[in-house]
Amino acid sequence: MDDFLVIDHVSKIFGAQRAVDDVSLTVAQGEAFSLLGPSGCGKTTLLRMIAGFERPDSGRILVGGQDITALPPELRPVNTVFQNYALFPHLSVWDNIAFGLRMSRRPREEIRSGVDRMLELVRLSEHARKRPAQLSGGQRQRVAIARALVNRPQVLLLDEPLAALDLKLRQHMLMELNAIHEKVGTTFIYVTHDQGEAMSLSDRIAVMNAGKVEQVDSPEHLYETPNTSFVASFIGDANFFTGVALEVLHEGYVRVLVEGLGSPLVLSNGAVTVNEVLRLMVRPEKIILTLARPLSGESVNAFRGVVEDMAYFGSHTRYRIRAGEHRILAQMQRSRFSGGEINPARGAEVWMSFHPDEGRVVRLEGEV
Amino acid sequence: MSKESRTVGQWLLTFPSLAWLSLFFVIPALLVIITAFRPADLQGGVGPGWTLATLREVQDPVYLPILWRTLWLSGATTLVCLALALPVAFQMARVGQRMRQVLLLLIVIPFLSNFLIRIFAWKSLLHPEGPLTKLLIWLHLIPENAVLLNHVGTVLLVLVYTQLPFAILPLYAAAEKFDFGLLDAARDLGAGPWRAFSKVFVPGVRRGLISSSVMVFVCCLGQYVIPQMVGGTSDEMLGSKIAQRVFSDRNLPHASALAGGLMLAVLVPMLIVVLWQQFGRKESE
Repeated sequence: MDDFLVIDHVSKIFGAQRAVDDVSLTVAQGEAFSLLGPSGCGKTTLLRMIAGFERPDSGRILVGGQDITALPPELRPVNTVFQNYALFPHLSVWDNIAFGLRMSRRPREEIRSGVDRMLELVRLSEHARKRPAQLSGGQRQRVAIARALVNRPQVLLLDEPLAALDLKLRQHMLMELNAIHEKVGTTFIYVTHDQGEAMSLSDRIAVMNAGKVEQVDSPEHLYETPNTSFVASFIGDANFFTGVALEVLHEGYVRVLVEGLGSPLVLSNGAVTVNEVLRLMVRPEKIILTLARPLSGESVNAFRGVVEDMAYFGSHTRYRIRAGEHRILAQMQRSRFSGGEINPARGAEVWMSFHPDEGRVVRLEGEV
Repeated sequence: MSKESRTVGQWLLTFPSLAWLSLFFVIPALLVIITAFRPADLQGGVGPGWTLATLREVQDPVYLPILWRTLWLSGATTLVCLALALPVAFQMARVGQRMRQVLLLLIVIPFLSNFLIRIFAWKSLLHPEGPLTKLLIWLHLIPENAVLLNHVGTVLLVLVYTQLPFAILPLYAAAEKFDFGLLDAARDLGAGPWRAFSKVFVPGVRRGLISSSVMVFVCCLGQYVIPQMVGGTSDEMLGSKIAQRVFSDRNLPHASALAGGLMLAVLVPMLIVVLWQQFGRKESE
């Protein structure tokens, strides 16, 4: 079933602000899906509408074909892992996990086996009698996940699941979450502002900005072929240039005149007309630096520049290069540096080049 | 810091409140108990020497129904106050800052007028010719000849009225610290609004409930003005008797013995509850 969770033209208005503005999305059963965006982009409001804490002003939400838009949270086949976990402080770990089953008045035996199975899944069996206050952050998070999953929800919502953890624990929990998702096979919806988290947790990501969805795609596609400058800059680093289309070639290639840089050949997803003003995007690591002019075959997009600044990161080095009015960010792995014998120093003249497939035409913000 | 010096520090910190409690609570309470063992003199003071005669006097079975009435009226007042204060505290903690100030003010405003005047107001409201009685009769909620005053229910009503703010304020203080996100979590896990309230909010403000209960219950025990003014002759509380022994009979030892008995009747069950809780907690850990 490809449209298991359906968000159908959903809007939510707070005062004068359209927190969620006519959003439509579909999520497949068992998919790990992320809502990614900066704070205030509407992703949390959208999550709260799926959970039932907010009612959309217009639009519908369906789970497995059932319209749940008007249902209160307690009647939805959806459970949530809250950002601060919201564990009940007066109950033990065991009783926290049993809460949902008790609310649905399941038989005692089923509650016992369900809770024990969940404790095993999140590896907390030996902490069953402890209070939440006696647990570490990572353990609390696992209790919150177990407490939600024990109810066998059709969709599990996770609100910034890793935000409250320190860096090391976060990386560990990333893998843990992926493992749990693989084991239970439930549809997971993550809400996060952290692109790295979203990329490593999800099959697909919806990038949100100002209440709208800018692009829904797999992590690779979002990174390699962003549709908008917002997506390009929110996920990873990017160089942007503004230019005018000179000629439109076959298969989406466009030659663009960029003041001070010449006329690079780049790729466009959408239709482009000659003389249209365009915005180009090139990722820093797609730019190849050479001391000599690149050989003719690789020299389609080659420009001269001067190294202004550089920073060594171990696995790679970042360069800021000035070319006319432009400041271009380039990133190189040491071993790939052509010639290999020297690195460009501050003030050195270098050649930058990139393959036409690595330069993308992106839409400007607000044009969506 | 060594364990010893930390203990010294703790003692220093505790000293002011401990001194306050000793000076104004423990010592007076002991004085009351000591007085119960002194003979009464004819001028309304205490005479020389010691006696157990007063203790024998207060074992008069006439006091038993009065003690019982005092305890159940105080208990019922506490329960009614908590039932009314819980939803109020819940709402107060949820509304905006401005509305909260207004509600707090409304709760405190009655204190600006004198306690006795407020009881008198109830007396005239509930008087057979009073506006409340007339209104209820006009609405056919009570029969024509109903008497609202001089009834044990009236005593309960006015006790609840006077004690309600003391139940609301500690509960509100606890509710203000309550994480209302927990109610979202409860709803998310399948609890309806009422069960989220009873299973998560009520345990969450447990401390507030305990302080409210103690506050209301203890204040009720000593009441004598309310039963005297709005209750009938058979609605006396132990406080009425103590007041009578002090002011009319001028028998301080007898009044002290009654007060000491009331103290025991309250402190012993409370002590048992506290010990039981301590013991129970240790066992579960």
